Amino acid sequence: MTNHFIDLQHADVFLIQGSNAAENHPISFKWVTKAQERGAKVIHVDPRFTRTSARADVYAALRSGTDIAFLGGMIKYILDNHRYFEEYVKNYTNASFLVDDKFGFDDGLFSGYDPNTRKYDKVSWAIKRDAGGIPERDMTLQNPRCVFQLLKKHYSRYDLEKVSSITGTPVEDLKTVYELYSSTGVKDKAGTIMYALGQTHHTTGVQNIRTMCMVQLLLGNMGICGGGVNALRGEPNVQGSTDFAILYHYLPGYLAAPRASQVTLEDYLKKNTPKSTDPRSANWWQNYPKYAVSLLKSWYGDKAAKENDFGYEWVPKLDDGQDASVMYLFDQMYEKKIKGFMCIAQNPACSLPNSNKVRKAMANLDWFVHVNIFDNETASFWKGPGMDPKKIKTEVFLLPASASVEKEGSQTNSGRWVQWKYQAASPPGDAISTGDIVYRIMAKVKELYKKQKGGRFPEPILNLKWDYADEKGNFSALKVAKAVNGYFLEDVTVGDKVYKKGDCVPSFALLQADGKTSSGCWISCGSFAQDGTNLMARRKKTDPTGLGLYPEWSWAWPVNRRIIYNRASVDLEGRPYNPQRAVLAWKDGKWVGDVPDGPWPPMADAEKGKYPFIMKPDGVGSLFGPGLGDGPFPEHYEPVESPLPKNLMSSQLNSPIIKLFKGDCDVYASCNPKYPFVMSTYTCTEHWCTGGITRWQSWLTEAQPQAYVEMSLELAHLRGIKNGDKVKVESARGSLECVAMVTPRFRPFKVDGQVIHQVGMTFNYGWLFPKDCGDSANLLTPTVGDGNTMTPEYKAFMVNVTKA
Amino acid sequence: MASGKSILVDTSKCTACRGCQVACKQWNGLPGTKTEQLGNYQNPQDFSADTYKVVRFADGKLENGKPYWYFFSDMCRHCLDPPCVDAIQGYVDGGAVKDEATGAVTYTDKSKEAPFDEVRSSCPFDVPRQNEKTKVLAKCTMCIDRITHDRPPACVKSCPTGAMIFGERSQILDLAKKRVEELKKTHPKAEALKADEVRVIFVVTDEPKKYHKYAAG
Repeated sequence: MTNHFIDLQHADVFLIQGSNAAENHPISFKWVTKAQERGAKVIHVDPRFTRTSARADVYAALRSGTDIAFLGGMIKYILDNHRYFEEYVKNYTNASFLVDDKFGFDDGLFSGYDPNTRKYDKVSWAIKRDAGGIPERDMTLQNPRCVFQLLKKHYSRYDLEKVSSITGTPVEDLKTVYELYSSTGVKDKAGTIMYALGQTHHTTGVQNIRTMCMVQLLLGNMGICGGGVNALRGEPNVQGSTDFAILYHYLPGYLAAPRASQVTLEDYLKKNTPKSTDPRSANWWQNYPKYAVSLLKSWYGDKAAKENDFGYEWVPKLDDGQDASVMYLFDQMYEKKIKGFMCIAQNPACSLPNSNKVRKAMANLDWFVHVNIFDNETASFWKGPGMDPKKIKTEVFLLPASASVEKEGSQTNSGRWVQWKYQAASPPGDAISTGDIVYRIMAKVKELYKKQKGGRFPEPILNLKWDYADEKGNFSALKVAKAVNGYFLEDVTVGDKVYKKGDCVPSFALLQADGKTSSGCWISCGSFAQDGTNLMARRKKTDPTGLGLYPEWSWAWPVNRRIIYNRASVDLEGRPYNPQRAVLAWKDGKWVGDVPDGPWPPMADAEKGKYPFIMKPDGVGSLFGPGLGDGPFPEHYEPVESPLPKNLMSSQLNSPIIKLFKGDCDVYASCNPKYPFVMSTYTCTEHWCTGGITRWQSWLTEAQPQAYVEMSLELAHLRGIKNGDKVKVESARGSLECVAMVTPRFRPFKVDGQVIHQVGMTFNYGWLFPKDCGDSANLLTPTVGDGNTMTPEYKAFMVNVTKA
Repeated sequence: MASGKSILVDTSKCTACRGCQVACKQWNGLPGTKTEQLGNYQNPQDFSADTYKVVRFADGKLENGKPYWYFFSDMCRHCLDPPCVDAIQGYVDGGAVKDEATGAVTYTDKSKEAPFDEVRSSCPFDVPRQNEKTKVLAKCTMCIDRITHDRPPACVKSCPTGAMIFGERSQILDLAKKRVEELKKTHPKAEALKADEVRVIFVVTDEPKKYHKYAAG
């Protein structure tokens, strides 16, 4: 979230799209309801009428996989009807920037596309710069090569009729949503967007969210109280696991994972440290070297020195162009190229797409260590449906872990609040925390490397600083947290302030690139005060702004800022656009309110003022965003499995940069009469993800006992299915049986003049327990992901449904 | 006007998260029962001796063709003049108790001597159930063991949106009245069901029968 849960109460209009917030983030509705009591309006855009829709003021249905068309239409509406917040757009976005003359867009493709590599050469996706490197601008927004005009041209194609024919949303509903949401493009109104996996689980997932960001920039809704783009993350700690890089392509604090061609630390830093010559751009990422070196110091301690590149050589490198995301990982396992596997707190046999492939892949392993609080379909894959335990050679180890309430540590909520928690109960039996498990295994590996010569690539193991035990020798979450925050490793003087060796670094602004500081995750720096006080454990309810920022309750990254990009909430003079909900104000030469995005004075100060979007090299919000692989403006493409033979927007049917797997399990069936219905998977309030935890809880399985497929009355009639019947759901990859839920909450879509049916299932079930609950909906989902992130396309694919 | 306690159940704020249904089981030590998916989100299908609180789900189409989905977090209404107490007491003295201070209606072990069918049919909201083994009658107690110790009922405590509020009856009646007035602006059929007769007051925005057969008794 750019904002935070409590801040939702300040919105005037909510756009909930790609999220079933009421069901999957119930507590968010505490604040949504509070806003509604004040007169706020809630819009819910979703293929299915859910518990969120039931509480919304406006519901609009769209066919799965058409969010960019829906939001592209909104952008057109905002531009055509001058609903944008002009002052904000001119000053705080790159709308006025001029774009390279060679940049273009034609029939679904941007300039620079190479169909052989399925990649763009992005050289033409550039901003024009003067000799000094400063972007060329036209503040009147009239120049045909300015971002604003190019934006207008790009979305001119997204008219109401065209959008409606793609999304299946009636034109009247589109108009209602566009009109209501764009009413927030004024100074004193706030519109917030809440999204979740309904936006990300597409081959265009990243661009879906970018479109939302663009809408918010146009309406001046970023950085303000009650605004923002708010990703609702999973409980208990998905935000925390992202911050700490439980993904392959980056390091803690969103630093890039090194690539093989970046041989030296200098290569790595040069590649990843953005430059700006604009004195008005803070270009915060120019501090990249400080964060990277402090991370290396945290990992390798005294062994990391300037002379050895702080141990950069020991960090694992990805090959250039290598994708090591989870679908590739299992593809490699399926190809028998991965022999050992550690799986912690997950259930890939039910959670990953094309579960049949995943389950078969695991049978190719020599060994498999599974760490979890319960047995699940992954740990027991060798005795699952279609498996013959006698023929599976994989040796499986199941390590019992403590549950979240059985351990001390930090948890980060969607609003970036890092809250320290105490251990509420002791874990049962031999169970210990996952942190302790990892700690003990690595300590043992180090010991073996020391004792036995000939261990492969010993330096990273032997030089790893691994001192996170307390005085009794037990793993200490507190010690890890302090290392994550970081220490001064020598006496350091900054300005007139002296920091002693051993002090905690109280802000990432103090981290150094010369090895004098350590920090295991720079964004967490400041979670401890200099004297070692754990700020995450704070529980004070003081509320100086009256806006519910509660600055002394826990700690939020970055630097306890509760609303990020908050300097965009004020005008050039530093006066809040909405004085009734002032996140920040420039008073008597200083900022008052939330922790500002940097100390500099407002923009009107020609000498010292800085642009508000400090993480962007040019300092402004990117309406034109050349950073992604699939284009600087989001464009509608059909899902890989679509009901349509062609894309109504262009000749380019699917996202031009996605990659398909070619194994025998990786089959796709688009616009195929055998699989005529669009399907989406999702979850429900009562179960958590694959149900690996919740299916063992009898009050929850009582409420949601068995797998079901939701479908419209019309589709049920077509197939002769009655509510409660057993049905077979089948895709090109697999099939399963479950119960039909026939409901008016799903309605057929009218798409390109034809009737398209959509169905949906939760992925909450698996064969292990309860025995009669049904198997995973991911037996059906395709192995394909977003072109930028490889997030699987769980939300839009094709199936058939018949009476079982 | 009767004093004591009341609960407001504002269905217009309910997200059917079923926190209340689960919290009720947790506080009262009631087991999860074996259920089946029957083509509806609702489960269990009805009250039982092991289920005092059940969130009822009802979907359909409005006159304009758009779908609706109504949620009704059903429970004992704790009537001001409870017919079930009369029905039980008529057969066995001390089988049912109306707590004077709070107004909560509870059954005792002696209720097993009362004719269950008669007690059940006396209730306009079809709430009382019987434990098949012990024959003791069972239903929501308004968490009398909590509310007499300055704690709200478990269901109210669990509600994330403020759809359920517990308090002094006069205060709750006032809240219900105000909420209905507010809702009437957009939902002319809004009403507080049998507010003058029951302690657990449901606010609805449409015809009560669309929520549940016995919503309004």
